[in-house]
Amino acid sequence: MIRDITVMGGHGRLGRPDLVRKIQFNMGDVISIVGPTGSGKTTLINDIELFANGNTPSGRQVLFNGVPAPIEYRDDPSRNPIALITQHTTFLSDMPVDAFLTTHAKVRGGNPEDITRLAQEAIDFANELTGEPLAAESRMTELSGGQTRALLIADAAIICSTPIVLLDEVENAGIHRTRAIELLRRYRKIFVFVTHDPRIALLSDARIVMKGGRIMDFIVTDEHERAFSIKVARLDDALASLRDQLRNGLRLCGTELEGVR
Amino acid sequence: MKLVICAGPATTGKTSVLRHAARKLLEQGKQVAFFKLDVQFAEEDEELARELGIPTRKVYSGELCPDHCGVMVLGDAMEWAEREGAKVLLVETAGLCLRCSPYVDHGLGVVVLEATSGMNLPLKIGPMLSLADVAVVTKVDRVSQAEREVFRARIMDVAPDVTIREVNALHGIGIDPLVDRILATPDAELPMQLRGNPPVGTCTICVGKKDIGWQAHFGVVRTLENQVFYRGE
Repeated sequence: MIRDITVMGGHGRLGRPDLVRKIQFNMGDVISIVGPTGSGKTTLINDIELFANGNTPSGRQVLFNGVPAPIEYRDDPSRNPIALITQHTTFLSDMPVDAFLTTHAKVRGGNPEDITRLAQEAIDFANELTGEPLAAESRMTELSGGQTRALLIADAAIICSTPIVLLDEVENAGIHRTRAIELLRRYRKIFVFVTHDPRIALLSDARIVMKGGRIMDFIVTDEHERAFSIKVARLDDALASLRDQLRNGLRLCGTELEGVR
Repeated sequence: MKLVICAGPATTGKTSVLRHAARKLLEQGKQVAFFKLDVQFAEEDEELARELGIPTRKVYSGELCPDHCGVMVLGDAMEWAEREGAKVLLVETAGLCLRCSPYVDHGLGVVVLEATSGMNLPLKIGPMLSLADVAVVTKVDRVSQAEREVFRARIMDVAPDVTIREVNALHGIGIDPLVDRILATPDAELPMQLRGNPPVGTCTICVGKKDIGWQAHFGVVRTLENQVFYRGE
């Protein structure tokens, strides 16, 4: 059982050290990674995904319950505690969605009733996140970008059931991202989001700040920010509403923005 | 001398995997030679000679089946590598045929597969996988966790005894255990034998009769209705 993971600092691109030398994530934590484009956010989640042990370009070390990853994490994907969803991750299989999820659930083991239930649960989860619901019988390659991303997240949360989920720029995926965090919070996992989105950052317990490939700071979301996040949410919802009107072919009049301060 | 024979479909990252392995072997003070076998074009030998300063050679199989060609020239290649003072000979094959496998009874057989090639690939490639000692899986970051897991399960269906290594060929992560395995392999010495049984190769098509339709051939013929199930080895 994984209780916590620890990132031990390494260095940035020019060999200058990470300023934060040790960061611990506990089970149930939601952590964001923020920083300008090219600042090393993706490198950091790759370090976690690769179980870095001083052997990646950053020289960082990732510890699980305080020790380096056991070899079976890497050797056996069904024992790999991490699901990584990058901007490049996609499904390549051209199968109906339910057949695909069932195939995956079978590989993970379990009895037939559980397999069918898990597949349905994953589809329902995905449909909470998408604008247009996906059908169990639709083919994987016919899914839109948002539906694909929603299904990746649902599969990682429900069928992989890995204790650690890494999500790279979920806001670009065209899914309901706050709904995603809400739903994911129900599963006791460590979630790490690479994000540029203030709403996601403020919904997180803490955020890691990157610059020039280095870990510059670790900021715990405080009471003031939590209170402020309600305003951010209101503003974001107003923009989302405008986006929906745009999608539905309406003329925009901007009344949503009047209440936002 | 240790012998490593590496197979796998084109573009899966065989050269990248061998490059990382060669580098790590050199770091441990083991002299490495590289031998490339291909059908009509290859420049991996020149790349590795330039990058690593190791002795390299290549052979083109041309009109011969590349694995057939491998059987013919591997003995000479081992003598060449011995003369070069190599402690490890890395052989990269053309990796085309899904019916044969180039591995021999001595040395280590390594197949390099990419996770992006579809979940059912392991079921399709026969002895290239089932007679290998190690299956290296590359490009795992490009597919969903689900496909990665199913891909692995399919490899285990086909080849329960094969050691599976997922590697990041870009950073060379996951290569160390492969290097350890190479060094733990007993030295290879002639005479050696091919592990698998080659396919029936003496047929009318082989000798140049190109007419389509079984009626035009004799010897090993097969009609659409007369399917022979080939299970592999």
